[in-house]
Amino acid sequence: MPTAKLSRAMLFGAFLSLLFISAALLSFVWTPYSVETLDIANKLQKPSAAHWFGTDHFGRDIFSMIMVGARTSIAVALVAVGIGMLLGVPLGLAAAAKRGGLLDEMIMRGNDLVFAFPPLVIAIMITATFGPSATNAIIAIGVFNIPVFARMTRGAAISLWTRDYVLSARVSGKGAARISLEHILPNVANLLIVQGSIQFSVGIIAEAALSYVGLGAQPPIPSWGRMLAESQTMISFAPHLTVFPGMAILLTVLGLNLVGDGLRDYLDPKLRRSKT
Amino acid sequence: MTTLRTAAALTSALALCASLGTAHAAGGDVTVGLQLEPPHLDPTSAAAGAIDQVLYSNVFEGLTRFGPDGSINPGLAKDWDVSEDGLTYTFHLQEGVTFHDGTTMDAEDVKFSLDRARAEDSANAQKALFADIASVDVVDPATVKVTLSKPNGNFLFNMAWGDAVIVAPESIENIKTNPVGTGAFTFSNWVQGDQITLTKNADYWGEPAKLDSATFKFISDPTAAFAAVMAEDVDAFGGYPAPENLPQFEADPRFNVLIGSTEGETILSTNNAQPPFDNPKVREALAHAIDRQAIIDGAMFGYGTPIGTHFAPHHPDYVDLTGNSAYDPEKAKALLAEAGFADGFTTTLKLPPPSYARRGGEIIAAQLRDVGIETEISNLEWAQWLEQVFRGKDFGLTIISHTEPLDIGIYANPDYYFQYDSAEFQGVMAELNEATDPAKRSELLQKAQTIISDDYVNGYLFQLAQLSVVKANLVGIWENSPTQATDLTAVYWEE
Amino acid sequence: MLRYTLKRLLSLILSLLVASLVIFAAIEVVPGDPAQYMLGINAQEDTLNALREQLGLNQSVVSRYFSWVAGMVQGDFGVSYTYRTPVRDMVAERLWISLPLALYALALAILVAFPAGILAARKRGSFLDSTVMGVTQLGVAIPNFWFAMLMVLLFAVSLRWFSAGGFPGWDNGFWLAMKALTLPAIALSLQQASILTRVMRSSLLDTLSEDFVRTARAKGLSTGQALWRHALRNAMIPVLTIIGMQFSFLIAGGIVIENVFFLPGLGRLIFQSISQRDLIVVESVVMILVFAVIMVNFAVDLAYAFVDPRLRRRT
Repeated sequence: MPTAKLSRAMLFGAFLSLLFISAALLSFVWTPYSVETLDIANKLQKPSAAHWFGTDHFGRDIFSMIMVGARTSIAVALVAVGIGMLLGVPLGLAAAAKRGGLLDEMIMRGNDLVFAFPPLVIAIMITATFGPSATNAIIAIGVFNIPVFARMTRGAAISLWTRDYVLSARVSGKGAARISLEHILPNVANLLIVQGSIQFSVGIIAEAALSYVGLGAQPPIPSWGRMLAESQTMISFAPHLTVFPGMAILLTVLGLNLVGDGLRDYLDPKLRRSKT
Repeated sequence: MTTLRTAAALTSALALCASLGTAHAAGGDVTVGLQLEPPHLDPTSAAAGAIDQVLYSNVFEGLTRFGPDGSINPGLAKDWDVSEDGLTYTFHLQEGVTFHDGTTMDAEDVKFSLDRARAEDSANAQKALFADIASVDVVDPATVKVTLSKPNGNFLFNMAWGDAVIVAPESIENIKTNPVGTGAFTFSNWVQGDQITLTKNADYWGEPAKLDSATFKFISDPTAAFAAVMAEDVDAFGGYPAPENLPQFEADPRFNVLIGSTEGETILSTNNAQPPFDNPKVREALAHAIDRQAIIDGAMFGYGTPIGTHFAPHHPDYVDLTGNSAYDPEKAKALLAEAGFADGFTTTLKLPPPSYARRGGEIIAAQLRDVGIETEISNLEWAQWLEQVFRGKDFGLTIISHTEPLDIGIYANPDYYFQYDSAEFQGVMAELNEATDPAKRSELLQKAQTIISDDYVNGYLFQLAQLSVVKANLVGIWENSPTQATDLTAVYWEE
Repeated sequence: MLRYTLKRLLSLILSLLVASLVIFAAIEVVPGDPAQYMLGINAQEDTLNALREQLGLNQSVVSRYFSWVAGMVQGDFGVSYTYRTPVRDMVAERLWISLPLALYALALAILVAFPAGILAARKRGSFLDSTVMGVTQLGVAIPNFWFAMLMVLLFAVSLRWFSAGGFPGWDNGFWLAMKALTLPAIALSLQQASILTRVMRSSLLDTLSEDFVRTARAKGLSTGQALWRHALRNAMIPVLTIIGMQFSFLIAGGIVIENVFFLPGLGRLIFQSISQRDLIVVESVVMILVFAVIMVNFAVDLAYAFVDPRLRRRT
């Protein structure tokens, strides 16, 4: 019974995720209206057949902006996850290989240190120094993904180091680096996929929050968080400006979370029992 | 560095008091919302207009003071004599004035305040206001003689600024947290990050305040400002930050919306020393590429007066030069082609935080794109803007409202951030500083406006409107903003 | 144990040193002159210099770093450039809003999550369970600032049950202050409550399937009794760990929510100070936050090591 429900939830999640990913891809070749052309005479129109989600305070088509905004969100979150994996996983593998040693201690304390900084404060500081841009949002989010992946990789890898096949590889004279690559990494790959999907959805929310406070992608590139920020004063007489971008964030994150949960249960049957 | 309306203005002294007379309830409290919180409470050592917004005229007073219409009225000086050569001002002070800590305000305090402002180590943000003072002498406790090094037609105007208020040596040390002035309200409490409370000064030397107390609540977020007014958390909001909400307040019988003027010329500031903007043809093209009305409608929801030069439209010497830079994208393209930029070019557009700049910037970017100019927008904080644009002059275009009154003189300084260098303009300004004849001054001011308009120094957009929302039965809040102030001394609740 | 403690203490001090260096260096490279910000565009060069001298900005970088660190060791966090009041007092004042807000939000999260998680675990697979799980999925996915905006629209602007934001101060009565913190606390707790509910549920299900609970049930206890008597207590360990992690998040994570409700808390202080280039305040507040988290980690590590001696060897 739970399994059936589970896959239904995952299918729904996959549907939502694909919907937004395809909207983002489609926006490269087609949007109903240009998001760069302003039409101030037609500002703040309610949703209609011509403008499905209405128009914003500059007369831009909100549906088109959400399509292009999906691109910004997904790109930022994806690259941030990539940064986290590329730097975090090797650190985690190295720490596990030298577990208990000085390197391990240094990596773990470094992790704690990064975790100790409030993420938004780091973003504010990066922005104050280099100015706001999508790139700086990626860096700010990516920095926090590094310890997440490092910690997770280390935890999983340490238990793998005691397995028989690793021991026999050591006996046959393989070095720690080679063992990490050949035997440990493939076995933590599943976990990485699951964690990656979680961090991806965390990244979408983080990007929205950063651009909401003005630290993300700059105009005229649309971003969901900035759409929310700009429409905030108009919420009382033009709620559609706020509702649609908010729903876009909500549904994308929901979809990704459902997919992530489903993946975890699929890849790690042990957990299927309890975690929905 | 220019005219003054002194002649007319001084005679209309205290015109604001004439509006009284209807039945009104004495007493009561008022809560006024403001967008910006003062960093500290010393108006004489910071540029922050937020300090004057709370304290000017309410707590601190100068020798002269601004009236609601921008006129210069007597303040702590009840009257004054000016010598024939315009070099000596003898101020006769109001008598029986005490500071809020009980000490007497006399000529010594005036000398102390002016000398402190112009001292070597002074931290006064408008030190230039005092630059022409050669000496300040105490004649007797009620008389001060100020000697200038050269005639300055603006001197009485300068003395009305918040940066020139009279402070006391006894209380100067803690002025930043405990301001002690002579005004109709005394400072009572400051919850940092939230509000400042003033209470009525029972021993005020002049017409006492009608309110018992006034609270200033600082709400930087426009949405929060809307909600606070709607929820009646504040009785008035001065300088309301979101013009898009005004129709809702206008439709609501609980509120009055005041739309007045400010001294803020909002301009598309252009780096005249940076190619391609060093080419007048390119600047002219820029001027014709911009649709002012679309910017006023899109960024300010219709509030604002189009300007064609750097001068306030409500000023008697204003010349309407908007026709000089009428919206004509075809002409703009032709001019660009003539200047050798038929395919356009790319430049930077650096925007400070206010919404007129952020929204206006997006609209201007779209308008410029239509004629082939691509802009890279970067939204900056004030500190970044000051560093990069104002000091570093590292920008192509920026949008900014110049809020100082009568500041066309900035165009005479070739080192000013937009780097306009015109011998003709500088000549006119030099002549103006010497001129005393009102007709001559008028003529020179108009000439100055025309020169910068013809040179297309900057893109002239609109005069910023002063937008306030006030409870329907609250009377006396200033409609216009001749200086940054929330003068509550004549405000009262109508029954 | 002593050796382990000493070793951890050493790495703690090193961490703090590194943190102070990183913070100072990061803020040192932030462009923007505090004096220019305060004096504005008409300021003259000599005035700017006089102010920089007053603020101690003309001293060398090294001497400023050392006087900052030396001051902190003695509990002196310097004096704000803009407000000219001691940073310590400012932080204390702001903490009286951020800390209660975080506690309030945490309390709300626990109040919702415990019953919801327990119910869902007990009625596992039921309609109720799916509803709880569905709602928590939504709760995790909703951006909290958006949720906050919608609440302001409904409760402050339309219904006028709450004021839209601001903080009256604790002096004006406890309940008034709590009322002002209610909407922000709800907005802040939504996501935490959802996470906590899920952790509670899965942790309970895990323990319910463990041997000692099975034994208890074999002895004739009903599911409900087994849950109350045995499973709940054992399920608390992961739950408490999450609560601990959430608390530090709530203290610093309220920045955006504090902005939506214009609460004068720590988060807004950071925002404001960095835009005013009140660098000493930014440095000190960030250092205090980092210090708090590092200390909590240290305490947690020691506690674990005390309980489980095997950990001592693994660091």
